[in-house]
Amino acid sequence: MTEPTPSVAILACGALAREIGALLAQSGLAQVELVCAPAILHNRPERIPAVVDAKLAELRARGFRRIFVAYADCGTGGELDRVLERHGVERIRGPHCYAFYRGVEAFLAEAERDPATFYLTDYLVRHFDSLIVRGLGLDRHPELLPVYFGNYQRLVHLAQVDDAELLDMGRRAAQFLGLRHEYRWVGYGELAAFVERAVRSSADGRTDHRLLAGHSGTGDRAGGTADGSPRARPAIPRSHRSRRDARAAHRNRRLSRRVAKGDTGSVRG
Amino acid sequence: MSQQGEELDLRELDDEELVKQIQDDLYDGLKDEVEEGVRILLERGWQPYRVLTEALVEGMRIVGVDFRDGILFVPEVLLAANAMKGGMAILRPLLAETGAPPIGKMVIGTVKGDIHDIGKNLVAMMMEGAGFEVIDLGINCDVDKFLAALEQHRPQILGMSALLTTTMPYMKVVIDTLVERGIRDDYIVLVGGAPLNEAFAEAIGADAYCRDAAVAVETAKALMAKRHNRLAAGA
Repeated sequence: MTEPTPSVAILACGALAREIGALLAQSGLAQVELVCAPAILHNRPERIPAVVDAKLAELRARGFRRIFVAYADCGTGGELDRVLERHGVERIRGPHCYAFYRGVEAFLAEAERDPATFYLTDYLVRHFDSLIVRGLGLDRHPELLPVYFGNYQRLVHLAQVDDAELLDMGRRAAQFLGLRHEYRWVGYGELAAFVERAVRSSADGRTDHRLLAGHSGTGDRAGGTADGSPRARPAIPRSHRSRRDARAAHRNRRLSRRVAKGDTGSVRG
Repeated sequence: MSQQGEELDLRELDDEELVKQIQDDLYDGLKDEVEEGVRILLERGWQPYRVLTEALVEGMRIVGVDFRDGILFVPEVLLAANAMKGGMAILRPLLAETGAPPIGKMVIGTVKGDIHDIGKNLVAMMMEGAGFEVIDLGINCDVDKFLAALEQHRPQILGMSALLTTTMPYMKVVIDTLVERGIRDDYIVLVGGAPLNEAFAEAIGADAYCRDAAVAVETAKALMAKRHNRLAAGA
């Protein structure tokens, strides 16, 4: 009896959703499901391993037998790899998405030559305002700009698609940060080969042991969509909100006492 | 008595309330208010060291705890640090006048290939606030720069920082060089930075990994005491 084709999933950073979607669409196959974690984790890399861990468990529970992880190390200092090892899954190589877009060896050589470089991909250019400007609080506190970027000298936009509007947005981002702008079209770099392996694996049902999950799934499942639409999951829970509120309440109580003592009529901060 | 809608007059607060207000203002990154509060406490005869520890360092400790717990984020921490810097700028010359010896000396820098210094600067500031003399080598420091500074300043502590996965291995280059030269045990080596962890620190032969500035201070103090006891026992 022929075994049914196992289903394949790519678990990716949301910052790669559009690009992976485009590559999957190019392949014309519909046997790979793309699942994404929130791209905002780019700003909180210490949270990536736990989120990926949960999503891998979710995918495994759903019966995916092969899972490709489209995350670089992303500043997790090897923690992500420890999670992936536990799940028997491997990821695309490289320290950052900039590296696999550029080509890992070339990126590392350049980073060593010129460490004062701030890299943006198309995604980061598109979302510069939300991830960089607002994400780092620069909209509210522009005085922090030199604190964050004072040591950088240039911004390199590693472009995935040839798009005049993105080129212009990258220029404006560099201008905002006070950095020299450089534009390089690098395309999808090593991400293309990575996605191709996932697609090939889906098509022929074989496992590429360099990249794929070694675990046995709970069952076979026909693949989902490959139309590039990311399945965004809810952001990680903010269980500490109550602590912040508690602190605010504490402060209000203290200031209320002061008001009750008649020594002030206004409340700051 | 203040009227509704008027700015809170810090001078109307008693000492206890003022210290708490300075901590709150520091939490909120209000540099001018923190500086004003520090000046008022000094005018009231507080010793600079007491202002530093009770108002500024304690305020920053709270900021650190709330950052660790995900209540505060990087921008707020940076604003708080900036406010603390303002207060410390007032206190530093006064502390120097008292002639109190520093409790220890630290050479700190961001390793070669890495230009990120936010965490390193926070550690330097908190260490200074805790009474350490800090020699900050800045960013992109190669092994020669670290060695020269150790030779020149003879610190008890060497601190190294890295933000990038690609640059953190350089810490091992520095430590290995210390070992090769037979001077590794002359220093307490502390490492820190977002992608690091305890296992990494252990693997490269550091004495400790410090996940944030407050932990760096506590670890430095604890290891200094341990070292002191060991030397005393051996004497």
